[in-house]
Amino acid sequence: MAEARLRASDNAHQGNLDPSRSFQGLILALQQYWANLGCVLLQPYDMEVGAGTFHPATTLRALGPKPWNAAYVQPSRRPKDGRYGENPNRLQHYYQFQVILKPSPPDIQDLYLNSLKAIGIDPKIHDIRFVEDDWESPTLGAWGLGWECWCDGMEVSQFTYFQQVAGFECAPVAGELTYGLERLAMYVQGVDNVFDLNFNGRTDEKKVTYGQVFLQAEQEYSRHNFEFSDTAMLFEQFKMAEAACQKYLAAGWANGKKERHLMALPAYDQCIKASHVFNLLDARGVISVTERQSYILRVRELAKACGEAWLATEGGGAG
Amino acid sequence: MPDLLLEFLSEEIPARMQARAAEDLRKLVTDRLVAEGLTYDGASAFATPRRLALTVHGLPAKQSDIKEEKKGPRVGAPDNAIAGFLKAAGLKSISEAKVQPDKRGDFYIAVIDRPGRDAIDVIKDVLHATIATFPWPKSMRWGARSAKPGALSWVRPLHSIVATFGPETEEPAVVPLDIDGIKGGDETRGHRFMAPMPFKVRRFNDYVEKLEKANVVLDPARRANIILTDAKNLAFAQGYELVEDDGLLAEVAGLVEWPVTLMGTFDQAFLSIPGEVIRATIRNNQKCFVLRDPQTAKLVNKFILVANEEATDGGKAIVAGNERVIRARLSDAKFFYETDLKTRLEDRLPKFEQIVFHEKLGTQAERIARIAALAVQIAPSVKAKAVQAERAAALCKADLLTEVVGEFPDLQGLMGRYYAEAQGEDEAVAHAIEDHYKPKGPDDLVPGDPVAIAVALADKVDTLVGFWAINEKPTGSKDPYALRRAALGIIRIVTENELRLPLRALLWRHFGAVARDEALASAITMLHPLNEQIAKISASDIELAVKLEVLVSEKAKQVAKPLLVQAHTYLQQTHDLITFFADRLKVQLREKGARHDLVDAVFSLSGQDDLLMIVRRVEALGKFLDSDDGKNLLAGYKRATNIIRIEEKKDKREYTGAPDAKRYQLPEEKALAEAIDVAKKDASAAVGKEDFAAAMRAMAKLRPRVDAFFDKVTVNVDDMALRENRLKLLNEIREATRAVADFSKIEG
Repeated sequence: MAEARLRASDNAHQGNLDPSRSFQGLILALQQYWANLGCVLLQPYDMEVGAGTFHPATTLRALGPKPWNAAYVQPSRRPKDGRYGENPNRLQHYYQFQVILKPSPPDIQDLYLNSLKAIGIDPKIHDIRFVEDDWESPTLGAWGLGWECWCDGMEVSQFTYFQQVAGFECAPVAGELTYGLERLAMYVQGVDNVFDLNFNGRTDEKKVTYGQVFLQAEQEYSRHNFEFSDTAMLFEQFKMAEAACQKYLAAGWANGKKERHLMALPAYDQCIKASHVFNLLDARGVISVTERQSYILRVRELAKACGEAWLATEGGGAG
Repeated sequence: MPDLLLEFLSEEIPARMQARAAEDLRKLVTDRLVAEGLTYDGASAFATPRRLALTVHGLPAKQSDIKEEKKGPRVGAPDNAIAGFLKAAGLKSISEAKVQPDKRGDFYIAVIDRPGRDAIDVIKDVLHATIATFPWPKSMRWGARSAKPGALSWVRPLHSIVATFGPETEEPAVVPLDIDGIKGGDETRGHRFMAPMPFKVRRFNDYVEKLEKANVVLDPARRANIILTDAKNLAFAQGYELVEDDGLLAEVAGLVEWPVTLMGTFDQAFLSIPGEVIRATIRNNQKCFVLRDPQTAKLVNKFILVANEEATDGGKAIVAGNERVIRARLSDAKFFYETDLKTRLEDRLPKFEQIVFHEKLGTQAERIARIAALAVQIAPSVKAKAVQAERAAALCKADLLTEVVGEFPDLQGLMGRYYAEAQGEDEAVAHAIEDHYKPKGPDDLVPGDPVAIAVALADKVDTLVGFWAINEKPTGSKDPYALRRAALGIIRIVTENELRLPLRALLWRHFGAVARDEALASAITMLHPLNEQIAKISASDIELAVKLEVLVSEKAKQVAKPLLVQAHTYLQQTHDLITFFADRLKVQLREKGARHDLVDAVFSLSGQDDLLMIVRRVEALGKFLDSDDGKNLLAGYKRATNIIRIEEKKDKREYTGAPDAKRYQLPEEKALAEAIDVAKKDASAAVGKEDFAAAMRAMAKLRPRVDAFFDKVTVNVDDMALRENRLKLLNEIREATRAVADFSKIEG
């Protein structure tokens, strides 16, 4: 791999950050765009989550009165969606680009459309449409109204005005934008198979594809998620995460009064953990239809309690 | 006369809500205006993805002035009474009041002029009230204002409001609205991408014109029309035919302000997928139309998409993009379809053991087993082969577990047929799998093939009996399990195929099957001949079990007591369910123009559970009552029963039982008695042959004898025994007519 070593001169390589030719270029263009608008540019949350919404920067920060504008990439895991790397559109691990704007600015639709321009999608050539799609997350006790955003018939983003999170009314309402990065990149790069995406934008021998980076992972994790994950351990982990979450929540109330909470974030980590473990168990098909509902309810109870705790912290706006 | 123009410009309104919202806006605003005394000449409302608009024309500029008189205290009343009156009437001194005498003396009268308010002020209030409570199916808060309690809520963020009011000849005024900070104005914007700059509007005419210039077609009907015309032309130009789809057309018209119709292509190879799957893929997921070859009626590898703008490249990128998405979708569909074909339908069945149909009704596997057993039971009476009925029933739900149906639930049944054909099932079995869901609605065809009929009936009977058994019956507008549709489906299958299918035995026995109790089911089969006697025993009867035991002792000694009690309960539920069928049948016959009272007249005869016979009887009865014989017989019947009712009430006793032939004194009495005997005999013979018209004719022969009886015979004579005998003879008329219908239920 000697020739793969980076040389300074490569930085000048034409077009390797063009969002329509490079996956990472697309990410950088979106980051640049939203950073210019004053968003806090965060890094991915360091835990397994099913969607960018689970990042505390969205779930918890959407609650309470304080303004909050952030953008970040979030690796998302959906164990059930794995296809052993054989399906050109389905992945058990993919990237979401998440933007949260609280309160939702009056020109949020224009901001979104300009972000598409920033990655080379010109609405004068492409048919951009806002198609009704109400969002609900039973595990987070959250719902909102909004759209799927279509570009020439392809869903490229989700656009949601959060009305409720963790069972609490959002006041003010936050606007959430979620870009499915692989899909968007496939669209702008014009490829039909996700694994053919150009990752680094190079067209010479240093070109790296999405498949080179992730195909092996898709195969291995599909095997793990569907066939070999240790379900006995996972059942145990679910219980442990649930118990830990409850324990931290109970211990976090300052002076035993329900006015100020000191451990909302660590407690919420356990809620995320429980949610992911549930997804793993679900992928293994070891949770029956009736049990499924009760697991979802258990995670929701944790999420609600975390939301309540968060609202009693400084970040949540408590005095 | 001034006109009002309103426009609410918002972010994209869901297509499915637009038409209703426009209608609600028109109705709510105009109703409130009229309630305020502002009548108008006309009003229309429109919706696009981003706007709701309303024009009301021919409104008055002001409300009418109203003069109101308020009566005060008597002249010379105490000062505090006078002061109170002045205050209430808004007068400065008592000299402003008139004095008016009446019987009790002189009274003060205040004449209050209530000048009409300017219409624009009234409109302002009306709009505030309308917007605050607008009935969106779902609405939301947004932006900084949402931090405050009581913030405005709308379907999606509301950006601006046009509200102008004025006569045609003048510059209209802006209605001074302030809706949570959003002011009324006279400025709007055009198409989001093609004409985003703001512009001023005055009234409806120039508003519509300027919108068109700004690439917005306001009227949804016109947008739909443009799409349909363009799509047909595009298709025709290439020798294809558009597969029309009204639901899709309405939805697409609600997704665009400036429809631009374009044609795309997909790979021929996808045409190996069933046409319905291609259509569902392209329609449901991409909201595009499919095309067919007018000669073969088969789909072609083309589709029509409707974009929301005239793209600067002529739509090339848009078509290319849509083609790519459709290619990906069709590859998925093809993959699903081909994957499905690899597994035989019967191999999917074990999975149903894990799937709960309803908590109280067991798994899907149990339900399928019940349907299969029932289909076998029904098969002989619909001339279906039992083996085929059983096979079709066993497989009829298997496609629910296929990938294609998982993706497109609307294709259930149809996919089952395709997969059954592919695995070499008998044609009758394959068709039954598709048709067993039918009829899906009032306009859907009923299955006509015997095997399909058996499975369709079994499926619906199991649904009805199941939910009846666990007391999940429809109430009011709530019918979550579509039981009304199931009952109506059975009625249509039976009557349109002219099937003889006595319901009681079928339903009653199936209650046992639903209870998962074979002993009970076979006990019910054994008990069925006794159903009339069993039904007469009341459930509150504490001796129920004993009585039942006595009743059935001859018949079935081996039936245990608890089973008997349970069977009795189910028989009552069966009758309840049959009443439900009767109600559905009434609705259905009424829609076809039959009189509902005739349905009642037939249903209240005992033991009516054969839908086809009921319908035939109702038809014959209707024709009979339209004839002079029928009308006169009914008149005679009413006369007879009126007399009996009055006398029975007076005497506090019933006049039933056979009259004594020896007591007939007049020839008319004897003649009537003989005629009744003949009519009874002939009518019941005709009913036995199911010739209801002949039964009615037999009844009609009574008519001259009834008329003669009333002409010549006095019923209320002093001889009490004679009177009783004559009343009993009249009662015989009542009894005789029961051979064809319960005439007491017939109106008029």
